[in-house]
Order: sequence, then structure tokens, then C-alpha cells
Amino acid sequence: MKYSSEYRDPELAKALVAAIHQDVRGYEGRMTLMEVCGTHTMSIYQHGIRSLLPQQVRLISGPGCPVCVTPLTYVDQAVAYARRSRTIVATFGDMIRVPGSTSSLQLEKARGADVRIVYSPLDAVGLAEKHPEKTVVFLGVGFETTAPTIGGSILEAQKRGLKNYFVLCAHKTMPAPMAALTSDPELKVDGYICPAHVSAVIGSDAYRVLAEKYAVPCVVTGFEPVDMLRGIQLLVRQVVAGEARVECEYSRIVKPEGNRAAQAILAQVFEPCDALWRGVGLIPESGLQLRSEYLKFDALQAVPVDVEEPREHKGCLCGEILKGKMTPRSCPLFRKTCTPEHPIGACMVSSEGTCAAEYKYGDC
Amino acid sequence: MQNDIILLGHGSGGKLSHQLLDELIIPTLSQVAQAEQNDAAVVSGIESNQIAFTTDSYVVDPIIFPGGNIGDLAINGTVNDLAMSGARPLVISVGLILEEGLRLNELGEILRAMKLAADKAQVRIVTGDTKVVPRGKGDKIFINTSGIGVFDHGLRPAGSAARPGDKVLINGSIGDHGMAVLASREGLDLQTDVATDSAPLNGMVAKLLEVHGSAIHVLRDPTRGGVATTLKEIALQSEVDICLAEENLPVADAVAGACAILGLDPLFVANEGKLLTIVDGQEADQILATMRSCEFGADATLIGEVTESSSGRVMMRTAIGGLRSIEMLAGEQLPRIC
Repeated sequence: MKYSSEYRDPELAKALVAAIHQDVRGYEGRMTLMEVCGTHTMSIYQHGIRSLLPQQVRLISGPGCPVCVTPLTYVDQAVAYARRSRTIVATFGDMIRVPGSTSSLQLEKARGADVRIVYSPLDAVGLAEKHPEKTVVFLGVGFETTAPTIGGSILEAQKRGLKNYFVLCAHKTMPAPMAALTSDPELKVDGYICPAHVSAVIGSDAYRVLAEKYAVPCVVTGFEPVDMLRGIQLLVRQVVAGEARVECEYSRIVKPEGNRAAQAILAQVFEPCDALWRGVGLIPESGLQLRSEYLKFDALQAVPVDVEEPREHKGCLCGEILKGKMTPRSCPLFRKTCTPEHPIGACMVSSEGTCAAEYKYGDC
Repeated sequence: MQNDIILLGHGSGGKLSHQLLDELIIPTLSQVAQAEQNDAAVVSGIESNQIAFTTDSYVVDPIIFPGGNIGDLAINGTVNDLAMSGARPLVISVGLILEEGLRLNELGEILRAMKLAADKAQVRIVTGDTKVVPRGKGDKIFINTSGIGVFDHGLRPAGSAARPGDKVLINGSIGDHGMAVLASREGLDLQTDVATDSAPLNGMVAKLLEVHGSAIHVLRDPTRGGVATTLKEIALQSEVDICLAEENLPVADAVAGACAILGLDPLFVANEGKLLTIVDGQEADQILATMRSCEFGADATLIGEVTESSSGRVMMRTAIGGLRSIEMLAGEQLPRIC
């Protein structure tokens, strides 16, 4: 395996930093650029990118971490399934530590619940096949990046004739929340660093509505430091010039039309729905639900459970942080009661959460 | 032996226990004749008025992984803990907790690896214990090793001894062990040849102390929590700042690639054959040369320095020139989901 070293080239990166400083010379305002992808958040911290940018350029993190935007009720539902007898809850690793109203999957696992971490939804289908006497509930969270694989797992379960595989569905889609945040008068986003993996599926053309209707510059970029800096440079240049276009720095992966095969699976299994985003609220047409012919795989429909009343932790500012209105350090719980070992809010749990990244890497 | 798996009876203390000890464990691990088997080992060769004493338990999953197994890991880990204190490892005890059903050929492979590792590190396995737990109450095999080391000198390198102007050295690439175990446990086909770096480091430590003496301020092995966590501990203990240069961090291509795929940071991934040393800045070049002349030290390199400040921070100058701070590993490293 060869690592993509050309996108980490220090000389190239330093030249880009110098060019960005040159590009904003004479720009008097302060521009706010928002990334909406957890891996971008991590990359910015990991490479110390904030410390390299001119003071006119401010980077903030938006609702780009799938675990973080998942509402509390969803975690409570997952906990309820974990408590159900003869039930296996299968999930991606990050969900297991997210605190619900009174418990978490990690806690339920320690108490004896059967909670399994899987790397692919197909592994969960395998579990259902291996344990026909049990109910297997897969936690379907994430954006268009993971949704096609979960759609694929449902098609596979149908093909294998499984009657015990269900998905607790809470998929989110882009770019609806970006449009919602753009309309927020408190939050002035001058440009979007558009998600990379999501864009590989939906295509860079999906952001044209943001550029054309809301006049916000959008750049799709990759995760390596040279990608990040190039993406930031393209945005800075648009902001300085007063333009608003969609540009793609990540054309080696992202096509304007996206991945048609993945889109076809999404269209076959799911349909758009309104969705609740933790911190942001209900956003129309920003989620995916199973189409009626696949409702027999929907956990809530097929295997009803009693779920406790949601209780948010007092003082948790995840919502404001997810919207980019506050930074982790301005939250009174950060580093005090809320730490990666004892997370209060989801932003501290996921390795891609803004608070976890701030805790781990800080800013010098 | 008649069976090919561990039975509960092997832990009974009766006939089967004796058979296991006499036919497999003792012949593999040591050459103690039956007449000399007593409740405690008598250890000679300790003249120093201070000894080093350490213990560690090994529960790695899977028990056999690329480049090693739980057996050599259990010997090397305890040897290295003794060595990092500046002591010369002398004797080791081995406590085995076996799960009913463990295959005897796997146990044999593990015991042979322990013996090889002990011979290589020149330590003697002098005492031990074996217990068997019912199937499902353990996970194949757990091993506890304790060790005694002696000081041949008055040198006591310590985590609190780093000073401004010191240099930070490491004997080779980071993250190999953690990635080898993770890839093997999760069945991730990374199409790479990442193997554990598990190795005894007492030879290198002896050489460093013999040649450079008090210029060796800190010796630590960055195991769980990786290089980042170990350096953060040292910065706090010594009340200094440590600054790393990302471009100098040795990371094998395969480990860097696997970490990138899994969303992990090699700085936080465990090592089992690595030694971090913080040394007098004036003598760093010579010390590096000594490390490179030792077995397991060919790729030794300078990765950072101790700076003038007392805030206990660890920072890294990233390859692209940015600055980021490094904290201890919090919780476990989780795979990413988007």
C-alpha cells in the first residue's frame, strides 16, 4: 500500500499557505468558512491548519459528524432494543458510547446486552443469518456515504430471505442542513468546505443550489493537507472576488454527477423525509426513510419497543457547537464534566466530533 | 499427552496438572529437575542493595498475531519495563490462566516463544503457576509475568528527569504492534506485511547506560497509548514542554496507510519494541550512533526536543508547518463511520 504522499508534500503546502496570505492581503473583513464533514474537522486539527491561516480567515465546524447529529431519542431507541430479550444490536463503533437520556449502548453491553460492533452492515446481515432465533437490529446512521451500503444490506437480507434483520433508520442527507444554516441570520457563513465522501456519492453539482440561490461559495475538497489548503484557497479567492460558484478540488474522486450506482440503490430502497438534527432541529427533506415496500425491514415498524422520555443534559451546548455558533472551549462542560472518558454530549464521543477533536489536538 | 486440548482437570492440582507441567510447561520453559521443584525459587546473583520489581498481565486478542504471540509479548514486556528503570532483568515468573478447550499445540507454540524470548533477553524463568478456568470464563489464555532486575550502577533514569535543551530519540518506526494486532483481530485485509515490533530492549539500554551514563535522562517504552501518551506523561512529570517534528516521526508506509483507512493516529498506537529516550542535547548525536549500533536500533532517529517552559505541554510542528498540541489518549481509538 502506497500512501498518497504528494498530497502531504510540505513544500507544496507551504507555497499554498503563502499564496493564501497573498490572496487576502488588503481584505479588511473576516471571512467564516464552515466544514461539514467530520473527517475535515479532524484533518484541520491534525495538521494544525488553523495556525497557518491569516487572521482574516476563520474556520468553523458544522453538523458533519453523523453520530453527533443523531438525536437523543434515537440513542434511547437503540438502548431500548439493546434491553430487549433475544435481540442483537449491531452498530458502527462510534455509536456505542453516545450517552442517551439515562443509559448508553456501552452501559447496556456491560449489563449483559448483546451489542456488536461491525465494520460493514453486511456483517450484521451475516449475524442475522447465523442467529435465526434472534432479532438483529442494525443502527443505520450516517450520510449518503453509509446509506448505500445499508440499502445494499437490506437488498441482501431480502435476497437471503431473512426475516430477522431490521434497520433502525436515521439517515441524513446533504446539502439540506447547509441551506438551513445559510438562512440563519446569527451565523454568517461566507463559504462552505463541502464534504468529500458524501460528494463522491451525490456529486459536486448537488451544491449548485447553495451557490446559485444563497450566493455562498462552495468547494469540494479532499482530506490531505494539500487538498485542504487548496480548497481553502479556492474559497478565499471567491470570497475576496465576491463570487459564488461550486468548485471541485477533489476531482480525482468526485464527479459532478456523483456515483450513479450508489444513487440507484438509495433511490430503490429509500425516499426523502423530514429529519431531526441534533442541535439544528427539524429540517425538511433532509433524511432518508425506507420505501413502503421495504418497511418490513424497518425496526420501529416491525419490532416496536417502549422508549423512555428523552432528557437532555442541562448545560450541554452540542447544539450550538454543531451549528458553529459556539466553540468547544466556550462550553462550560468542556474538559470539566464532559471528557472523552465521560462524554455528556455526542460531539465529545465520536472521534470526528468537534469537541473530541478539540480535546485531542487542541489549538496552540 | 493424551488430549489435544486443555481440560478443567489440568487445573485440578492432581494427576493431569502434573502431566501438563512435567510434559509440556517445565520442559519448554526451564530445565528445573523434579527434585528441585519447590514452592518458591531461590534467586542468586543479587548483590545490589536496590532491585527493580515489576508485574504486567497480558490479555491480547488474538493470542497469535503477525510476528509474535502472547508468549514472547509477555516476556519482552516485562523485560522492557525492568530495563526502562535502568535495571538489568534477571529472573521472571510466569502465571498462566488457561481456558478450558485451549488447544495444546497453541499452548506449546506460546510456551516455546516465551522460552526463546527469555533466552534472547538473557533472563531466567524461575517460578510459575497454572490455573484453568471453565470455557467462557476466560479467553483462551491470559499470562501474568513479574520480573526482578538488578542495578549494576547508580544510574536511575526517570520520567521526571527531562530538562530544557534535551533531545527526544526513538529506536525505530511507531505503531507497528497496535496495527498488526488490530488488523489481525478484525480480519482486515490491508494487503500489507505489518508485524509486531515486540522485542527485548535490555541490551540496548545496558549499552546506552554503559557508554553515555548520566546523559540518558529518561527511558520509557511507549506501549499502550503510544508515543503521544508517553511523552505527555513525561512532560507533566518533568514539568517541561516537548516539541515534536512530524516530518521526523518514523512511520512505516503500511502503518500510515492502515491508520489513514481506519481513522487512527500512529502517535497513539501501541508499540512493544520501542524505546523513547530523552537525552542531554550536547550528546544526542553520539547517543543516536550508539542506538543505531545496537540490535533493534538500526532505525533510531531524533523526533523532537524539550523546550524552555514548565507547562507540561506536548506540541507537534506538522509536516506542512502548522502547530498542534498533543494530549493523552482518551478512551479507545474508534473506527470511523463516514
